[in-house]
Parts: sequence; structure tokens; C-alpha cells
Amino acid sequence: MTGIVPAVEVQGVTRRFAARKGPGVTALDDVSLTVAPGEFVSLIGPSGCGKSTLLRLVADLDVPTSGSIEVFGKPARQARIDQDYGIAFQQAGLLPWRTVAGNIELPLELHGAGKAARRRRAAELIALVGLSDFAGHYPDQLSGGMQQRVAIARSLAESPSLLLMDEPFGALDEMTRERMQNELVRICAETQAAVVFVTHSIPEAVFLSTRVVVMSPRPGRIRSIVSVGLGEMSGRSEDLREDEGFFRALSQVRELLHGDEAAPTGARGVERR
Amino acid sequence: MPTQTEQIARPRRSVRGAAELRVRRAGMPQRLSGGLFGLAGLAVLALVWELYKSFGPADGVILGGVTVLPRTTDLAMPHLFVMAERLFEPVTGAASASPLWLAVLQGSLFTLGIAAVGWLVGVTVGLALALLMQRFRLAESAILPWIILSQTVPLIAIAPLVRRWGAQIQFGEFTWESWMSVALIASYLAFFPVSIGALRGLGSPDANHVDLMHCYAVGWWKTLWRLRLPASVSYLLPALRLAAVSAVVGSVVAEVSIGLRGGIGRLIVEYAGAAGGDPGKPWAPIFGSILVGLVAAGFVGLISLFLRRFRRGEAA
Repeated sequence: MTGIVPAVEVQGVTRRFAARKGPGVTALDDVSLTVAPGEFVSLIGPSGCGKSTLLRLVADLDVPTSGSIEVFGKPARQARIDQDYGIAFQQAGLLPWRTVAGNIELPLELHGAGKAARRRRAAELIALVGLSDFAGHYPDQLSGGMQQRVAIARSLAESPSLLLMDEPFGALDEMTRERMQNELVRICAETQAAVVFVTHSIPEAVFLSTRVVVMSPRPGRIRSIVSVGLGEMSGRSEDLREDEGFFRALSQVRELLHGDEAAPTGARGVERR
Repeated sequence: MPTQTEQIARPRRSVRGAAELRVRRAGMPQRLSGGLFGLAGLAVLALVWELYKSFGPADGVILGGVTVLPRTTDLAMPHLFVMAERLFEPVTGAASASPLWLAVLQGSLFTLGIAAVGWLVGVTVGLALALLMQRFRLAESAILPWIILSQTVPLIAIAPLVRRWGAQIQFGEFTWESWMSVALIASYLAFFPVSIGALRGLGSPDANHVDLMHCYAVGWWKTLWRLRLPASVSYLLPALRLAAVSAVVGSVVAEVSIGLRGGIGRLIVEYAGAAGGDPGKPWAPIFGSILVGLVAAGFVGLISLFLRRFRRGEAA
């Protein structure tokens, strides 16, 4: 990876939350991770493993107690100010008083883009997420899945080269969820953005990712990193869910998640960083 | 959220249909039926009044030496038609006297004007305080207790103070007039609900939305304008309505305490003296003050029509 500036470079990051009494909680302990440009990396692990904390640190919504985080070679704070990433949360978080188009235009408007340029970009993105008939609708008129698609379109508004997603499909039912995953794969292939994706779901992580980062809780650490190796984003489709390689990666991640610390890591196909 | 997933599975047109239906249901018919129920409530009140007057004991209902229900004599409880008729007779026996309704209407307009000034001042101060408290945590802990304490001081106590202090204000062409004291006292009542409501409203956006604004690297003012103010509308509107009604009550009471002529407050005191020989007359300014309150509340209702877009979240 020498010569190319990584999309995200996390080095020896620890985040400790102080408590009024007692020693406090170590949410992340000495975590290092590198995400290459255009790479899709999922963070998976039980609750309390610090995966959301890690994402918030990359987004500069929180600062590490120690260690360094760089996004495209800049400190996380500068990357945030320069709008180098787009972000989507578990809750779609649309402003209820803005239409679909208005919500997607929000970041452009806040950063001073002209009206015509805003309109054009919003129309493009609305088409990209397949909501062209709903541009004038308000969020309360949309289903949960549609709201989440709007949120994803909004995160793409400024064509970021990095997308941060914190369980964006976590509140959706299984059927909607799979459809959204298929769409995300298509969108990522089109935009070529790197993605850091936090999830609870093993199939979701495996289906979407180039690499799956398996984390363990208390303190939050990276247990190991599984290279899925299911090929390019553009080649991924519904058939992949029936693929043998998909199932192999699935059981690999599952074993890593359920096995305790003593279980052998560094097994076949698992790369340890 | 099963309905939401159903919606996405169904053809698109039905989603739009459902949305339209929801909008329509919340629209005109509902407001109409609300108005009808309001009128029905008024009719029931009138009926109870007249029934009690016809069948209640002349000396009222007395339990253990305490009068629980009023006397039903024509003096204590005039018929509703007596009150109505009185409105169209002249104020006094003098030949030049105008009809009572006109005098009351003029008084109502006078009070409405003062209440409007008081409301504007109160809303401005209330909003400013809420913004200050939202911006600085320290300001909130320093100011909020005083805001709440301020409402425990009775109006009667501050009216003479305001009047006395006001009388000493004079610079250049400007002199402090009595109606300004009344407006100031009205604003003293009006600012309270606005500051509390606006503070809650400004703090109402989800952590999610605040995080998003942080990610967008926008400052406090932009966050205020794009997120906090729009989000506070559904808290602000009830507060504005409450402030309008408080401003009216404050104006009427302050007119009495300060002794300002020309408004409803003064008429209430004046006509109460006539109750002995003219039982219908004291009711006229009471109706007048109700009218002023309704107009004030209606005005805020008009504002909320323009801000409907920002209240969408409530329907969801």
C-alpha cells in the first residue's frame, strides 16, 4: 500500500470513558486499522466492542484518549472540516420539515453550493437511490427503507471518497435490508468510495465487504481481520448469497465472533494485522 | 413499523395515496368538527346557566354556612338575553351616549393594542433569553431559576413599581406614558412561556441531527437557523398562544392596578359599580375581554398556519 495515501489510517488508538467512580470504561484499546481507497471494510462484534466508537472517532465526533487517526493523510478533525467523508447513522435522521430533495440538498446548501447546482445534484442522487417519484415527499410519508435510502443519498451529496455508516440498515426488516444491501453494493461500485461500515449482522458484513474486522469487547480490540475475497463490488449480485465462498467466509467470521480468546486465530484465510 | 414495510412492498401509487389520505384527514373536516364541538360546549354552558337560574333556589345553595352556588335573582344572575339586550342600549341615560357594544368594542381595541405591544416585547425578550440559555450552559443555570421565580411575584405588587420607575424615564422627545407601563407588565407575563418553550424547543433536536451538523462542520448560528429554530416550532407555537392570552390578562389586570383609562380593565371596574341597578351592564366588558383573548389566540393560530411545514414531525 506504499505510495497510496490510505483512506483511513488508525494507529494505536485508545478511547477511555471516564466514570465518576471507579476506573472508567476502556471502549477501545490500542486499535490499529488501515482502509485503502475504494475498499469496503465492515466492523463487526458484540455490543460494547467499540465498533461505533471507532467510527465516531474517524468521523471526529469524538477524540481518542491516545493514538492517531488520519483520513486521506490529514488529521480526522481537518478531514471533517474539509468534508472528506459522508456519514449515515442507524436512524435516517432526516429533517421532518424538508422534502426528500430538500434533505439531500442540506449539506450542499450549508456549504454554499448554488441553487441550480444543488437541484441538479439532488436529482442525480434521487435517481441513484431510485426515489425519483418521491422527490417532493416529506419523510413522514416514506417507509423506513425509503428514509434510509434518502439518508444514504444525502451522505453521497458532496461526492465523498469515504463513507462512514453506523448500522444504517439496523432498524430495517430482513427483506428490506437485503434489498438495501444490493443497492449499496451497486452504489459503491458506481461511486468508487471507500466505506467503513458498522454492523451486527454477519451475512451483511460478508456480503458487502472486502475485509471484515472482527472485534471483541471489554476492552474493545480487533480480534482479527477476514479477507472475504468475493471479488469486485461491480461483480457482486444476489447470486453471491448462494455462493460457496460466501458461506465459507460466513462461518469463518462466525467462529471468530463466538470463539473465546483461546480459540486459534490466524487460521487459514485469516490475516492478522 | 409493519405498515411502513407494507408500503414499500406495495406499488408506489398506493404509498402516495396513503400519504394524501393522511394529509386530507388532518385537514378541513377535523377543524370543522372541532369548531362544532366548541359551539356545542358554549350552548351547553348557556343551557346550564338558564336551567339553574330557573330551577335553583333564590338564595343559592348553602352548605354549612358557605354559599356553594350563587343566588338566582335577576340581579345576581341576569338572563342571557338581558345581557345581550343591554349591549344595544346606550351606555348611560345621557342623550349623547353611544351604544354599550361600541364603548366595549373601543375599550377592547385599546386593550388589544396594548396587549399586542406587550406580547411583542415579551416574545422578543423570551426568545433572546432562550437563545442565551441554549448557547451558554452557564447562562441557563444562572438565569433559569430567576425566570421561574419572576412569575411568583404578584402583578399587583409590581404595577406601582413599574409606574413609578416609568414616570422617571424621560429623554429628549420621549416620555414614558401609562399605557407603556401596562404593556410592560403584560410583557412580564408573556415572556415566561416563550422563554421556557423556546428553551425546550431549541434543545429538542435528536443527538443524531446535532451530530450531523457537527459532521457538516457548521457553526452555532447555522445550526440554529437550519436545525434548532425549525425544530423548536412545535414547542414555540403553544408557548406563543399562551403568551398571547397571558398578555391580554396582564393588560386587563395592569389597567386596573395602574388606573389607566380607555381599556377593558377600566370598564370592568366602572361597570361593576352599576351592577345594582343594571345587572346586564357588567357582563359587557367581560365579553369584551373574552373577545380580545380570542382574537389574540386566533392571531397565533394564523402564524401557525404559515409554519405548518415545521410541524410535520408531530403527525408522524
